[in-house]
Amino acid sequence: MNPYIPILVIGAIGFGFAAFSVGVAAITGPKRYNRAKSEAYECGIQPSPQAAGGGRFPVKYFLTAMLFIVFDIEIVFLYPWAVTFDKLGLFGLVEMVIFILTVFVAYAYVWRRGGLEWD
Amino acid sequence: MFTSPILDYSLLAPILIILAGALIGVGVEAFARKEQRAPLQLGIALVSVVASFVQLLRVRNVRSLKAAIDSVAFDGATVFMQGSILVLAFFALLLIADRGNFVAQASAIPGSQDEHSSIAEGKSQTEVFPLTLFAISGMMLFAAATDLITLFVALEVLSLPLYLMAGLSRRRRLLSQEAALKYFLLGAYSSAFFLFGGAFLYGYSGSLSLTGIATAIDVNSGNDVFLLIGIVFLMVGLLFKIGAVPFHSWTPDVYQGAPTPITGFMAACTKIAALGAMLRIFYVALSADVVMWRPIVTVISIITMLVGAIAALSQRDVKRTLAFSSIAHAGFLLTGIIALNQSGLKASLFYLVAYGFATIGAFAVVTLVRDSAGEVSDMNRWVGLGKKSPLIAGAFCLFLLSFGGIPLTSGFIAKFSIFTAAYESGNTTVVVFGVLTSAIALFFYLRVIVMLFFTEPKSDAVTVSVPSLKVKLVLAASVIVTIVLGVYPSLLLNSAQSFASFLR
Repeated sequence: MNPYIPILVIGAIGFGFAAFSVGVAAITGPKRYNRAKSEAYECGIQPSPQAAGGGRFPVKYFLTAMLFIVFDIEIVFLYPWAVTFDKLGLFGLVEMVIFILTVFVAYAYVWRRGGLEWD
Repeated sequence: MFTSPILDYSLLAPILIILAGALIGVGVEAFARKEQRAPLQLGIALVSVVASFVQLLRVRNVRSLKAAIDSVAFDGATVFMQGSILVLAFFALLLIADRGNFVAQASAIPGSQDEHSSIAEGKSQTEVFPLTLFAISGMMLFAAATDLITLFVALEVLSLPLYLMAGLSRRRRLLSQEAALKYFLLGAYSSAFFLFGGAFLYGYSGSLSLTGIATAIDVNSGNDVFLLIGIVFLMVGLLFKIGAVPFHSWTPDVYQGAPTPITGFMAACTKIAALGAMLRIFYVALSADVVMWRPIVTVISIITMLVGAIAALSQRDVKRTLAFSSIAHAGFLLTGIIALNQSGLKASLFYLVAYGFATIGAFAVVTLVRDSAGEVSDMNRWVGLGKKSPLIAGAFCLFLLSFGGIPLTSGFIAKFSIFTAAYESGNTTVVVFGVLTSAIALFFYLRVIVMLFFTEPKSDAVTVSVPSLKVKLVLAASVIVTIVLGVYPSLLLNSAQSFASFLR
C-alpha cells in the first residue's frame, strides 16, 4: 500500500468531521440573535472603544509580543536538552549555557535601551 | 541512542569569531555611552573580521567534512569564499563607518518632529555594525553548509539583517523603507520556496545532506517528479538571492533605496554567498542529474544577461543602473554553474572576487557625489564630473570598464575564464549570448564614460566631496585589485585553481 494513503485518509476524516459538525450545527442549532453576539469577542468583558489615533495600537504591544517570542523560543530549545540532559553530559551543559548567555545579551540590550519601560 | 555531537571548533572558528564580535557589539549598544559607540563598534567589527581571516588562513589546508556533524564542509571552495567574503566585508565596513549615510533614529517617522530632534541631537544608529557582522556570519555559513537545514538557517541569518539595514538610509527615507519592505516580503516568499524545494528533495531522496541527495540520484531510487519540483523550487530561492531574471524585480528598488554602503556590501558579499551555495548544491548534490537542470539554468542565464544589459540602457539613476549591471553579472556567473567542471568553479571564484571589488569601489564613488541635500544618484547630473574631479571619475570609469570586461581590467579575465569553462563543457549557446550581451552592456558603459569626461559640466551644485581616509582606502584597494588582477591575473587565478574543489 502506498504510505501516503493513511495520511490522505486522516486528512479526509478530519475534513469530513469538521464539515459534518458545522453542517449539523447550522441545521439543528437554535438561532437567537442579540447584541452581544454581534460584538467582537474579548474574553467576556466589554469590548474596549477604538484605540486613540485612528484605531492604531501603540507599537509597545508589538515590542512586548516580540520579546515574548524570544523567551518562548528559548524554552523550546531548553525542553529537548532537559530530556537528553544525562546523555549530553558536560558538552550539553556548556552549549546550553552559551545559548542562554546569547539570549541574555539580547535581553540586556532591550533592558538598557528602554524596551521594558511601558511609557 | 542520542550521543553528544563532536564539533571541530578550529574549523568553525572563523564563523564563531564573527558571531562573538556581533554579540559584543550588541553589548556595546547596551552599556557604552552614546558618543563612544560608533568608534567602539567599528573597532570591534574590524578586529573580528581580521581575526576571523587570520584563523581562516591558519586552517586553510585542512579538508574536513565533519566540522559540525556533517552539516558544514570545510574544503577549498569554502576557504576561498569565506576569505573573499571577509576581505570584501572589511572594505564594506569602512564604507559603512563613513559619515552620514545612516538614519539618526530609525524608529522616528520620516518628516516628523522626532526625526528633526534626533538629527539635531546628533544621534546615530550604530546597531548597523553588529547587524553587518551577523549578516557576514550567515554568508560564511551559507557558502559552507552541506545540508538543506543548515543552508536554510544560514539563508535566514544572512537575510534578516539585510532586510533591516536596507531601511536605514538617512536621506529619502520613505524610499528606503519601501525598499526594506519589498525586500523583506519577496525575500520571505522566496525563502518559503527554498524550504518547499528542500522538502521535495527530502521526499525524493530521504536525506537532507547534499551527498545523500547525490547518492539517491546515482541509484535513481525515488520519484523523478519530486526531484524536478525540488530542484526548481530550491533554485527559485537561490536565484532570488543572486537577483537572476525572472526573480530580479526587487534588485533595482532595493539597490536604489538602501543606504549606498549597504548596497555595496549586499551586491558584493551576498552574491558570493548565494552563488557559493548554488555552486555547492549543483556541483555536489545535483551533478548526476545535469540533463534535467542544465537547460533550465541555461535559459535563465541567457534571459538574465539580456534583461540586465538591455534594461540598464534605459536607466537614469546610477544606483539602479548598477543594480541592472549586477543582474547581468548574475547571468554571467550562472555560466559557471552550467559549465559544471573544475575550471568553471575556478572561474566563478575569480569572477566573484573581481566583481566584488569593482562593485564596492563603484558604490564608494556614488557616496561621494553630493549636493546640499545629500547623494546625487541622478545620472543626468553626473554630466561632466570628470572635469570637476578627474581622479574619482577616472576610478568610476575603471570600475565600469571592468564590469564591461575590457582587457587589462579584472573583469576581462573573469569573463574570459568563465566563458572558456562553459565552452570547454560544450555549452556554446550560452557563451555566444554572453559575448553578445557583454557588447550591449559595453555600449552603455562607454556612454556613461563619454558623459563623464567628454561633455561640458552644467553649472550645478553637484560636487564630489573630498573622500575621508576610510573611503580613500576602499577606493584605493578597489582600483589596485581591479588593475592588478587585470594585468597579473595569475596572482589570484592560481590560488583559485588550487582552492577550486568541493568535498563530497
